[in-house]
Amino acid sequence: MLRIQNLHADVGGKEILKGLDLVLPAGEVHAIMGPNGAGKSTLSYVLTGRDGYEVTAGSASLDGEDLLALAPDERSARGVFLSFQYPLEIPGVPALTFIRTALNAQRRARGEPEANAPEFLKLARAAAAALKIDFDMLKRALNVGFSGGEKKRMEILQMAMLKPRLLLLDETDSGLDIDALKIVADGVNALRSPDRAMLVITHYQRLLDYIKPDRVHVLADGRIAASGGPELALELEREGYDKYARAA
Amino acid sequence: MTLAAAIRSGDVTLLPGKRDEDWRWTDLRGLLRTLPAPSEAEAAPLDPGPFGDLGDEEIAVVNGRVDVASLTIAAGQRRTVRLRFVSTCSDCRHEARLSINVHAGAELTLLESHEGQAHGYVTAASLDLRVEDHGKVERIVIAEDGDGAVNVACAAVVLAPGARYAQTTLTDGAKRQRLETRLDHPGGGAQVRLDGIYILAGQRHADLTTVVEHECPDGTTTQLTKGVVDGQARGVFQGRIVVAEGADRTDARMGHHALILSERAEVDAKPELEIYADDVACAHGNTVGALDLEALFYARQRGMPEPIARALLTEAFLGEVVDRIGHEDAREAARAWVARRLEARA
Repeated sequence: MLRIQNLHADVGGKEILKGLDLVLPAGEVHAIMGPNGAGKSTLSYVLTGRDGYEVTAGSASLDGEDLLALAPDERSARGVFLSFQYPLEIPGVPALTFIRTALNAQRRARGEPEANAPEFLKLARAAAAALKIDFDMLKRALNVGFSGGEKKRMEILQMAMLKPRLLLLDETDSGLDIDALKIVADGVNALRSPDRAMLVITHYQRLLDYIKPDRVHVLADGRIAASGGPELALELEREGYDKYARAA
Repeated sequence: MTLAAAIRSGDVTLLPGKRDEDWRWTDLRGLLRTLPAPSEAEAAPLDPGPFGDLGDEEIAVVNGRVDVASLTIAAGQRRTVRLRFVSTCSDCRHEARLSINVHAGAELTLLESHEGQAHGYVTAASLDLRVEDHGKVERIVIAEDGDGAVNVACAAVVLAPGARYAQTTLTDGAKRQRLETRLDHPGGGAQVRLDGIYILAGQRHADLTTVVEHECPDGTTTQLTKGVVDGQARGVFQGRIVVAEGADRTDARMGHHALILSERAEVDAKPELEIYADDVACAHGNTVGALDLEALFYARQRGMPEPIARALLTEAFLGEVVDRIGHEDAREAARAWVARRLEARA
């Protein structure tokens, strides 16, 4: 599904990604682990097309289509979803309005009929119930005054409603207590399917106890320094990132 | 030196101009070398205004002709009144004055509109509003003037202790326009909210000026004004809060925030706090900038094309002010008005 080849990217004139290769097949969950500053968040922003993250070499494609040539919203309409490490507060826009605007924009872009109000509300109620979110919270301005855990849950709720194909989870466990973590992980696991792929970006192994990856990659100094099975995450937890930092 | 006096007399030397400190961003003297002729009466019935049929009754002031010069809300009454200042003539001048008395314990929702159904008119409206002990007023003003219009609307508000007064002014400007509120705040637990929204495009101009004088202890004032300016438009915000000697424990907060969407648009802001009392909590915040790029990216990541994301965030930026309107139907009318203005701009 996702194929990244020799990806180089600059942020503010400084090279952060230095030749990153990664293949993520449909149906799989891969974890990207790495020390702070390795380029984990940069990877997620490059894949989603944020301004200021400039690709200088290499490619990234989604089912053979050049992802890097598309605008952020076009990537989104093709199924790319980033769960933000720090979800934005959107004062004045009720969560329901925000999600409905996004959902219908995506549907229009794909030539699908828009969701009418009753259909949309039914989707929203079901998604909120599954994530144990009080439905009234969706009438409030998105993320404004929400706790860190609530914001992360709202990200997963949007993901559940927008039904992306490529899910990028950037430090989704940060700020979550153990109960919230379980709810979020259940929400993510419910989206696992043979036609979806997930990239779970995390500093700590803890999240991977709940979202079991098929493969684990170590990102150090802008490259994949090692890849392996789930046992690699446990090894990193025990031994830290030092040897990769040195190798880089 | 007021536009109203100049309109009454036809004497342009009475116009305020940029040499007057309070008018330096809204120069009328330099703009109007002559005044157009006095207006004719309008015979045709009016179309519905921006508030539609909300409320219990309507007062229409058409081309300066007032059918009711004063309105009294008697003790214990709760009324919702549409007050419409309508200009239907081009190249004409008119002014009107109206007074409203809200007696003790009475409640008024005033849905005021300034409607221009013509081009180059010059108009002034003066409103005297008195709110007695424990009276409550919410005033929502929508101004939609013609492109060539010059309009100055002044409200002088006098409150008794324990009164509550809330105001939200929404405007898309005019050739030159000032919507001014002067308020005598009696303290004594009286609460005041003075909010505003301006959405300006083309070469339009709007000036929201407020002067609040806290004269006695224990008064509260909150102010939030937000504006969006595009094209070569100019937004002016002048907010002055004076806390007189002895008006201790006054709590006054003023915020003005503007989005500038084009390089040639301009916003002039002058927030002023003059404090002569002790133990007061006063603060003001003033920001002028562009849309938040992080939020814009977030919305686009969720699938919104840039124009939709911009419109949503701009509406949201202004929505914070709309949300503070207490009267539910008026709030939704204001929200719809803002959405229409933003669509027209996009």
